[in-house]
Amino acid sequence: MRVALFLTCVNDTLYPDTGRAVVKLLTRLGVEVDFPMAQTCCGQAHYNTGYRHEAEPLARHFSDVFGAYEAIVTPSGSCGAMVRELYPRMGERARAEGRGDTLAATLAPVVPKTYELTEFLVDVLGVTDVGAYYPHTVTYHPTCHGLRSLGLGDRPRRLLRAVKGLELRELPGADECCGFGGTFAVKNPDVSAAMGADKVRNAESTGADVLCAADNSCLMHIGGTMTRLSTDMRPVHIAEILANTEGEPSA
Amino acid sequence: MSGTFVGMPAFPEAAREAVDNPILRGNLRHATHTIRAKRAVAVSELDDWAALREAGKQIKDHTLRHLDHYLVRLEESVTAAGGVVHWAVDADEANRIVVELVRATGESEVVKVKSMATQEIGLNEALEAAGVHAYETDLAELIVQLGKDRPSHILVPAIHRNRGEIRDIFAREMGEWGRPAPEGLTDTPAELAEAARLHLREKFLRAKVGVSGANFMVAETGTLMVVESEGNGRMCLTLPETLISVVGIEKIVPTWRDLEVFLQTLPRSSTAERMNPYTSMWTGTTDEDGPRTFHLVLIDNGRTDTLADEVGRQALRCIRCSACLNVCPVYERAGGHAYGSVYPGPIGAILSPQLRGTAGAVDASLPYASSLCGACYEVCPVAIDIPEVLVHLRERVVEGGPTTREGNRVVLKPAKGHAAERAAMRAARWVFSRPGALGAGQRLASRTRRFHPRSMPGPGRAWSASRDLPRLPAEPFRDWWRRTDGGKETEAK
Repeated sequence: MRVALFLTCVNDTLYPDTGRAVVKLLTRLGVEVDFPMAQTCCGQAHYNTGYRHEAEPLARHFSDVFGAYEAIVTPSGSCGAMVRELYPRMGERARAEGRGDTLAATLAPVVPKTYELTEFLVDVLGVTDVGAYYPHTVTYHPTCHGLRSLGLGDRPRRLLRAVKGLELRELPGADECCGFGGTFAVKNPDVSAAMGADKVRNAESTGADVLCAADNSCLMHIGGTMTRLSTDMRPVHIAEILANTEGEPSA
Repeated sequence: MSGTFVGMPAFPEAAREAVDNPILRGNLRHATHTIRAKRAVAVSELDDWAALREAGKQIKDHTLRHLDHYLVRLEESVTAAGGVVHWAVDADEANRIVVELVRATGESEVVKVKSMATQEIGLNEALEAAGVHAYETDLAELIVQLGKDRPSHILVPAIHRNRGEIRDIFAREMGEWGRPAPEGLTDTPAELAEAARLHLREKFLRAKVGVSGANFMVAETGTLMVVESEGNGRMCLTLPETLISVVGIEKIVPTWRDLEVFLQTLPRSSTAERMNPYTSMWTGTTDEDGPRTFHLVLIDNGRTDTLADEVGRQALRCIRCSACLNVCPVYERAGGHAYGSVYPGPIGAILSPQLRGTAGAVDASLPYASSLCGACYEVCPVAIDIPEVLVHLRERVVEGGPTTREGNRVVLKPAKGHAAERAAMRAARWVFSRPGALGAGQRLASRTRRFHPRSMPGPGRAWSASRDLPRLPAEPFRDWWRRTDGGKETEAK
């Protein structure tokens, strides 16, 4: 099977290790991975900040770049939710504004083929044990868009439980937002920081070494709060845990 | 809308105070987490919750689509049952009508059932200005009124107060308003409730005029309904000679049968009860029983404008259960007062800027008072997609566009103060539309990474005040991919 990796602009620029981990993991599972070099950004930051019209060309660009692939895999719940949940809505809004079906028709092909990484592993490849080894205690934070927009449910936890050497500890208040919320962190810094601090304290209470999530944007916020609060925990993307093996440790 | 909250700072500044207040944070955290957990249990008991939620949504949408028809039907039924219907286009008109109705009775006191609509229009203040004392009889509203405070929650207006604070308010203020609190009042719930009961009993027995809102109005029979937990509302609805009900036009259901849905979803969502303890219904007037005179004041106050917006109109489905407040992580930290409106929390963040327009600083800041986590949508018993409306209103703030104000189609200009953000969004879109430019920018950033500060200047300072920025990697992913042919070539690190 050949898939396109949609790494997201945040991962490409700030977290290339996550991208390398996805490539390593999928290759190990027998998937041929392509990285279309023309990819940029799904437009979520624009859309969620109120710039829907600025997001439209980015959505069209996404469809141009990824439309021909059989499946599109992304290590980000929120960017995945942008394509799956909000692209159809952008099409509907354009139609309601009297601009016809063009945008909806352009975006439609990529919508059902876009998968968040853990969803792709469990639902499409049908695996929960990916042969990983990770000798650490880990607590899992289900990010909001993965949890509520995509409905990832127990998939990430099932994958983590199957990792050799890994001890999973439940995070108190796991379903609560970490307070990142894109531009929310900048527009409402005090509330955002208070939410982040509570998330970190809850994570600390588990005594785990690592806080894991399927979205680097949330991990950037949580991790930035962790260093500021001088905790010993590390934020790690789930792909980097799943890519790690006994023979080839990478994280 | 009401002038009560005029002069409030915009949400981020108002929220900062709450975040820095450990007592308030503790009160809110305790209360919201308790109700949240109970609600989850009460909802999980019903195996047809999803169907009830969908039914509630459909009934409300149908009613809103034919609102003109059902309003006329309601007026006919209320009139036929001996009531008088008044129409108020805005808060001023509604207040004027109620003040005149009270004056006509010759009374200078009214007892009130807890009502969001009368809070919204600032009725107590309008009555006070006309020399009429309005006494709140709901326990939490009483606490707010005695404390010269503002409500901070739809269902539990005094949620921001703990028992010790309530005891102090009762001991200090009750004597000013009527029967004083008993000597040596403690902060046990039973003693506090008894003090309130004795204080209020006097008012119930004396009052000749009652003022209420309504949770629902049944168009086919002209029946109004209030659901409550304490029974104080029932006292106000049955004892006075004149009853004036002030209700938003969106509170209609077509038939009695529709109530079947909401009487299941409302109590479970709001108080986590299977059924609310008191359900009071009244249809016009009845000889020898209850009020002799009944007035219904129907208020628009921005609702028709809201209805004209195809994305935002879903906010009018709201049945004021407040489940969205109790799950909202932002409300939990910022408190209800920060929202600058009688409708706080997620629903307030979409309702207030629609009812009042987005011109004011508070209303323009409310669409951003959310991390878009979606917990509010998940619990809403009438499936209001609050995140969707928030984003829609953000668009109205930053891009402007067509909307309806006071019944007229107007085109709003983009709000001021977003020029830098707008420029940044356009620049980002330009870069993201050109993969080559994106790659060049990433490369430049990576090469200069040694010189990057870990805190940011300008608007970004807010971020780095409480968080460290991540270090840029030596090489963006796309360069690694190109250099190693997708990891196939040996890496020379």
